[in-house]
Amino acid sequence: MRADDPCLKQMKPPELSLADRFFLPQIAVGLGVTARHIAGVMFRNKAITVQYPDEKHVPSPVYRGVHRLNRDEKGRVKCVACMLCATACPAHCIDIVGATAPETWPDREKYPESFVIDELRCIYCGMCEEACPVEAIELTGLYDLTGLSREQMIFDKAKLLSVFDATSNQEPMKYGKPPERALGSPTTELAPG
Amino acid sequence: MAAIGILIKIFIVANVLMGAVAYLIWVERKIAAYAQDRIGPNRAGSEFGIPFGLLQPLADGAKMLLKEGVLPAYVNKPLYLIAPVIAIIAALLGFAVVPFGPVGPNQVMDFQIAPYVDIGILWVFAVGSLAVYAVILAGWSSNNKYSFIGGLRSSAQLISYEIPLGLSILGMVLITGSLDLNAIIRWQNEHHVWGVFVSPLGFIIFLVSAFAETNRLPFDLPESEQELVGGFHTEYSGMKFGMFFLGEYVHVITVSALTVILFGGGWDLWGLLPYLNYKDVGWIAAIAKLSVFSVKVAAVILFMMWIRWTLPRFRYDQLMDLAWKSLIPLALLNLFATAVVLQIVRG
Repeated sequence: MRADDPCLKQMKPPELSLADRFFLPQIAVGLGVTARHIAGVMFRNKAITVQYPDEKHVPSPVYRGVHRLNRDEKGRVKCVACMLCATACPAHCIDIVGATAPETWPDREKYPESFVIDELRCIYCGMCEEACPVEAIELTGLYDLTGLSREQMIFDKAKLLSVFDATSNQEPMKYGKPPERALGSPTTELAPG
Repeated sequence: MAAIGILIKIFIVANVLMGAVAYLIWVERKIAAYAQDRIGPNRAGSEFGIPFGLLQPLADGAKMLLKEGVLPAYVNKPLYLIAPVIAIIAALLGFAVVPFGPVGPNQVMDFQIAPYVDIGILWVFAVGSLAVYAVILAGWSSNNKYSFIGGLRSSAQLISYEIPLGLSILGMVLITGSLDLNAIIRWQNEHHVWGVFVSPLGFIIFLVSAFAETNRLPFDLPESEQELVGGFHTEYSGMKFGMFFLGEYVHVITVSALTVILFGGGWDLWGLLPYLNYKDVGWIAAIAKLSVFSVKVAAVILFMMWIRWTLPRFRYDQLMDLAWKSLIPLALLNLFATAVVLQIVRG
């Protein structure tokens, strides 16, 4: 493209008026802006600070925090050990050992004997949640995750289920039943490659 | 006996200054927070029922003192160690001739460490300029390119801004006919006219130059934490860094006091309140004048902090432009106009 191409849009810096070139009027305007903010915090309690240990920030519903393993109505783990989350995980932090489901669980073939997530490896991308066909793994709004050792940050099945018990009241399962679209509405079939 | 009295006075003034500096840092942090819609330090002291984090300065001071004094292996040790000392000595010496209350043979006390110095302003500027040696030495001895650039910027800034700073007060000196700070206050008190009204252009030039002189934003090029990672004090830690900090804030207090004395009427209040005449003597008058002066100085300091959170830093060439192409010609014009008007008015 040449310099005199008609498609080129010439941008020029804005012309400063005489008052602007003396800076002082604009400085006064700027002082007004900061004064509004200072007065707003001092007299009208407009600070956006959340005083953390005393009050807690509530993240948005789509926040991706610590994982949990959902339970079904009977209190059993919903997971069917299909390994889709472990496959989708870009950080390879999910480790599942599947086993044949007991005779009393007629609705599935397998269940996870052990389900371990390394919370230190996890990048909290939420792809496990997207991959799960039975809405068993979800990311909660818990953000203040701490541990005194690396071992403490490796969450096993019991701990992930306890996260569900701790958060299921504030955060109900995102899908009580499978989402509508998956049930019947027409979807575009992928052409076989 | 007189010597002991002066020593006691110096002791009290120096300690009050240090305490004021500690709380100025607290105020600055609060204003910074408010300007950014935050709350600022509010925890220290809450265990003892003290609100607003008022113990934060104590915690800060204890941290500075107890921190490990790191002495990097690659620095020029003598200069590296002497730079923060120069910073704090220059700042405290400058305050010696600042009258913070009534001074005179009939007064209960001379509210000035070194009273009856006829060249008060010259002393303040001469000693205040020494503080730049601290910055340059710190930058050079640190053996760090960022510190070095910070020191260089400081020297260039000093050369540019001492001239308009000196020229801007000459208008007031011509009008009041004295370099003695007490005489300048007395002239404003006699006429009930503050310097800002008889020499407004001089006031603006003085204020702008004073910001540069104290290395405050928008002219804090030697520090520039963004591009120079702290500039001249990058390599300093613990109390050595704390001394630079103390020096800077004492400098701010001195410059604010000078602003009040030269252009804000000192302790004059246009005769609105009693006891504020230069003829008034006695303790009540002394305390009244001291209070009015302190409130005015505090207002100027708050204004400097307010400016800090309003204006971004000037670029290096813009700073030079402003000093050499705008402030120095304007200061000369101010001096010339003042001289002409005085010649006409006073014959």
